[in-house]
Amino acid sequence: MSIRSLGWTAVGALALGCGGGDRPAAGAGTSDSGASGGSIGGQATLILFFDTFTNEIYTKWFDAYAKATGVRINYQSIGSGGGIRQFTEGTVDFGATDGPMSDAQISALGGNVLHVPTVLGAVVVTYNLPELGATPLRFDGATLADVFLGRISKWNDSRLAALNPGVKLPAKDIIVVHRSDGSGTSFIFTDFLAKVSPTWKSKVGSATSVKWPTGLGGKGNEGVTQQVKQSDGAIGYVELIYAISNKLPYANVKNPEGQFVQPSLRSVTAAATAAELTPDTDFRVSVTNARGAEAYPISSFTWLLIQPQPRDSAKGAQIEAFIKWMLQPEAQRMAADLHYAPLPVPVIELVQKRLAS
Amino acid sequence: MTTTLASESVTQPPAPEPPSLELASYGDRVFRWILTLGAVSIPVLLGFLVYELWVGARLAIAKFGLEFVTTSTWDPVAEQFGAFPLIFGTLVSSVVALVIAVPLSLGVAIYLTEFAPKSVRQPVAFLISLLAAIPSVVYGLWGIFVLIPILRTGAFPFLRDAFGFLPLFQGPIYGPSMLSAGIILAIMVMPYIMSVSREVLLAVPDTQREAALALGATRWEAVITAVLPYARSGVIGAVILGLGRALGETMAVTMLIGNRHEIAASLFAPGYTMAAAIANEFSEAVGDMHLSALAYVAFLLFVVTVLVNAAARLLIWRVARGSGVGSKAL
Repeated sequence: MSIRSLGWTAVGALALGCGGGDRPAAGAGTSDSGASGGSIGGQATLILFFDTFTNEIYTKWFDAYAKATGVRINYQSIGSGGGIRQFTEGTVDFGATDGPMSDAQISALGGNVLHVPTVLGAVVVTYNLPELGATPLRFDGATLADVFLGRISKWNDSRLAALNPGVKLPAKDIIVVHRSDGSGTSFIFTDFLAKVSPTWKSKVGSATSVKWPTGLGGKGNEGVTQQVKQSDGAIGYVELIYAISNKLPYANVKNPEGQFVQPSLRSVTAAATAAELTPDTDFRVSVTNARGAEAYPISSFTWLLIQPQPRDSAKGAQIEAFIKWMLQPEAQRMAADLHYAPLPVPVIELVQKRLAS
Repeated sequence: MTTTLASESVTQPPAPEPPSLELASYGDRVFRWILTLGAVSIPVLLGFLVYELWVGARLAIAKFGLEFVTTSTWDPVAEQFGAFPLIFGTLVSSVVALVIAVPLSLGVAIYLTEFAPKSVRQPVAFLISLLAAIPSVVYGLWGIFVLIPILRTGAFPFLRDAFGFLPLFQGPIYGPSMLSAGIILAIMVMPYIMSVSREVLLAVPDTQREAALALGATRWEAVITAVLPYARSGVIGAVILGLGRALGETMAVTMLIGNRHEIAASLFAPGYTMAAAIANEFSEAVGDMHLSALAYVAFLLFVVTVLVNAAARLLIWRVARGSGVGSKAL
């Protein structure tokens, strides 16, 4: 997933952009004759994104949007490292990302960027303890951090046992598995751990790649999953959608209200509901460890990045039209069908208000 | 080295040509210039690549200097970077690969050229060459799903029981490890070493074999005393080719090596390689220093490759002294 990884988007033009440059010469009257077959001004939207996380939903949306409006959106995927650079340099018109841009990156753009939340993602803790059967394990943030710090190295550790009364934990070594590639999944997960564990914050911090104190690195969700599946006593983290579609066991995690919450579309959306968004928010809010009794604590927004003052106003209008469409209940339902947690209604209204202004 | 080779081959016409021909044949001159351009483009491209890496790495070079090569911290959050475990992992996994692949592929090459019935030779050689055409991500997936379970439950415990007194085979067995990566690399470089060695052995004149046999040598002794020494420089060249491939291999390695920035004596422990680190982190690296450190790693990988190849050529020259099959090609 990618919280950071998602990527970047360019609106149209640029890739077709050279084409765009030629087009006026080719005759404005037939400007919709672009290879994309787009019927509006011949402009296609080119979205560049990276990882598996938002991949499916954007593909689905673009397809549905093309059927509904005739505007075809082309997309590519690159990492957010290159994506942010291209967005900053103006070689792409808009982007999609799992991780918000930093203040420094935004000031490099003169502040001309708006994060538009699209759906929510979550990271789940998965493990391989066949003796547990279907009973989900329970973790709290501090314990989870200590497991990933290597301070808790046995499954029958007293702290784990205290969190899981009635569960007979085996005396096995804990094998920690983490992502080896830079990823938004790691970003969300370490963001959560840094919030709940001062030691994690000072020793490791949060980023798409960090210095893992212990464990093995698996490449991608599938690398982590295979490693966990194959090692008795392993623990790892993957994105929720991946865990659901691969039927992995995952743990309930304690939120700040003291509830052990099972990750699900509802509890992830609840995390966003709990986020306190002021009317002038820039939407770059972290919803990990959010308040709210039902909120799953390892959740995050993903965003489209757009320029409030677009270089090309026609393109800007097209992007806006797509975002409005995307926020409709129908489009958000498509997200839920694919196991993406839809935005809570207040957030949608806030975004709509912001777009209108 | 490359530069001189390239420019020599370009600027040395085979023989002085009569001027009339030069003038007459416009097409020849165009053709020659096109070829010159092609040949010159290689060193230019290489130089440009090195320059770009250098520029990209400048930030990290200024901050870490040569300590980058000897330190082991890799912390993107604190922006502290050291590549020693990566260099170590790259070299060790390649050495493991060669230790496994060289005897195996040389054995196959000898069998195919000296012992195998004619009907077997071509099909087997063809099949082995096919291994080279498999994409490395497929090797990686195969490694995760097939090889690692076999190694973890079968081969590794056996090695630990039999050779556990060596530090190489101690410690916990996870599956992904330096040894797993070395084994997959061995499988990947085998076709190269095998194919080239086979060609080299085929090029050994029959008189060598006949002379040895005439002196009363067995087939085996003929191979050892007459064929292999004659072919050694070419065989070393084949090994170097495989080594080059092993040093730079990325995808399959990162899927099997465990990706841990650490140096361990045990081959069962996870490790990391330079190419794997670049592939894993580059696309998501947003910090300037992080990017620069990765470029520095790429630069070092280039340096290591050049050094290893230079050492290998020296070895060939010393061993072969310009005689024997294949030495001229190298």
